[in-house]
Amino acid sequence: MASKTKNNSADAMKQLEKIESQYEMFQILNEEGEVVNEAAMPELSDEQLQELMKRMVYTRILDQRSISLNRQGRLGFYAPTAGQEASQLASQFALEKEDFILPGYRDVPQMIWHGLPLTQAFLFSRGHFKGNQIPEGVNVISPQIIIGAQYVQAAGVALGMKKRGTKAVAVTYTGDGGSSQGDFYEGINFAGAFKAPAIFFVQNNRFAISTPVEKQTAAKTIAQKAVAAGIPGIQVDGMDALAVYAVTLEARKRAINGEGPTLIETMTYRYGPHTMAGDDPTRYRTADLDNEWEKKDPLVRFRKFLEKKELWTEEMENETIERAKEDIKKAIKEADDTPKQKVTDLMSIMYEEMPNYLKEQYEIYKEKESK
Amino acid sequence: MAQMTMIQAITDALRTELKNDPNVLVFGEDVGVNGGVFRATEGLQKEFGEERVFDTPLAESGIGGLSIGLALQGYRPVPEIQFFGFVFEVMDSIAGQMARMRYRSGGTYTSPITIRSPFGGGVHTPEMHADSLEGMVAQQPGLKVVIPSTPYDAKGLLISSIRDNDPVIFLEHMKLYRSFRQEVPEEEYTIPLGKAEVKREGKDLSIITYGAMVHESLKAAEELEKEGHSVEVIDLRTVMPFDVDTIIASVEKTGRAMVVQEAQKQAGIASQIVAEINDRAILSLEAPVLRVAAPDTVYPFSQAETVWLPNYKDVIETAKKVLEF
Repeated sequence: MASKTKNNSADAMKQLEKIESQYEMFQILNEEGEVVNEAAMPELSDEQLQELMKRMVYTRILDQRSISLNRQGRLGFYAPTAGQEASQLASQFALEKEDFILPGYRDVPQMIWHGLPLTQAFLFSRGHFKGNQIPEGVNVISPQIIIGAQYVQAAGVALGMKKRGTKAVAVTYTGDGGSSQGDFYEGINFAGAFKAPAIFFVQNNRFAISTPVEKQTAAKTIAQKAVAAGIPGIQVDGMDALAVYAVTLEARKRAINGEGPTLIETMTYRYGPHTMAGDDPTRYRTADLDNEWEKKDPLVRFRKFLEKKELWTEEMENETIERAKEDIKKAIKEADDTPKQKVTDLMSIMYEEMPNYLKEQYEIYKEKESK
Repeated sequence: MAQMTMIQAITDALRTELKNDPNVLVFGEDVGVNGGVFRATEGLQKEFGEERVFDTPLAESGIGGLSIGLALQGYRPVPEIQFFGFVFEVMDSIAGQMARMRYRSGGTYTSPITIRSPFGGGVHTPEMHADSLEGMVAQQPGLKVVIPSTPYDAKGLLISSIRDNDPVIFLEHMKLYRSFRQEVPEEEYTIPLGKAEVKREGKDLSIITYGAMVHESLKAAEELEKEGHSVEVIDLRTVMPFDVDTIIASVEKTGRAMVVQEAQKQAGIASQIVAEINDRAILSLEAPVLRVAAPDTVYPFSQAETVWLPNYKDVIETAKKVLEF
């Protein structure tokens, strides 16, 4: 009996190693911008490669300006994105207009590149309902604050698409901390059980506020959590735009072919604080770690790659930066010009038809507002 | 017209809406081939197919999220939560998400979702099956909460709930599922949400109630009649938003009122009704508005239900206090 028990425990450890060995990080570009996986190279035209770089540069500027505008009190809630451009934008770049994005609170850039006007992104930050009135035909929903909720909802959107027979996918994002939530598991498990066309991203930037990923789970990768749902999982270099693009495109293809969902873990880093609401990363992150990840900057490596192909110049970079700054200035102005919210506005968007008690309160506030 | 139990009336309403609207989807734990743990969805999967009526994994939060996502794709989901005691698992999807969808998107997205769920005591269920938690959902802006007490009301209110373009919590009292039959029209009809019904007219005292307590109140009213008291019984039918006009009209007529609920005194919605009467009709009151409610303990172990749950005797006792104040 004793020896049998021993064998069993040895097998269990082997089992774990075997599972972990299946989740090696997928990479196409190394830190020097060299192609290390030619076979996996996605088919992108020169123009598409340039466009992807422009979006990453633009978004880096957007982050810098947003932090500054937040410090001036001209923006409200803001979760910095610098460092995650490849993870956020190369994944969105692989989507089609019909695809529906359910973002987390840090995923405003994906919404913008999917069609949300910048002005509205700023109104969301400030806390104005008009920021969340998504234009017709833009398939996104406002950033989810309840970590994990977007995952179970994505399973529903994906099932809806499958039932409608649309060739589209539901795409959602959470962070490494979010992978500890019940809704994370329920979301991927439901999508798996219904074989629904969903792509679940975990942007593993190593920290949930101050808590390192090692304190979230003993699992060596988050991608392997896909095993619990019986769906494919992949860990990708989230600082590598081409790798992120390639795995997203692949997951999308599988999904629209009726083969079900995929979990994608992007290994990334946020250079800034968790949010602009007083978080100080020097309390929990070392300068060494920051330096190590700065060398992996997705912009640096993609720039090197494009320069070698003679597809990127300083002029193009500056042009993009100027355009971003101008757009941001204009959008902030538009946000400033948006009429202030009234209580009667908030009442009007509660129900299709106001219940009796709200009608009463509406009259009271209408009277107050007329003075 | 057909004689139906409440559960048959509910199935009939679901069938009617599945037929009327191809976007209606019925799903939950064991609602498909099994026809539901109470047979509320009996025969529906066979009639409408697995695409329309289907089982889900065992996870309430997932069911809530699934409903929200399907609604975002233009469906009209009618999910089931097997027992409302399990609502805690899905509180975020209900109160944190679907109730706020129209508001948070400034009207861009909506949640035309009807959550059906059984609750209620008197049938010796195990733990966390019978708890009355309507008070919790009634406090969430963006929701409507409907509780029928008769087969006729159940059908008309469920059809209205499903057609409503905002989320509705439709709570079905387990003790009322098969306790009596009533004439229910076979064709479709609706009962407006937010409208109470005077189930018995009276002049001396208004009893405002809902769910299984409607029947206890009617029984009490009959007994009180024998002693010369004329009691009006108002069945709220919708507890959020409740029909304040019907309540106030009745109180102005009778001058005395009480509220009867099965939930604990600190729960339910009775205190909200007392407050509205105090705000709007204090000058009509001959006596304070008293409440009949359960003790403020956890829902009883099943053998203790009979001594714990409010019944018609409690209604009579409190009615006399109000009448003789």
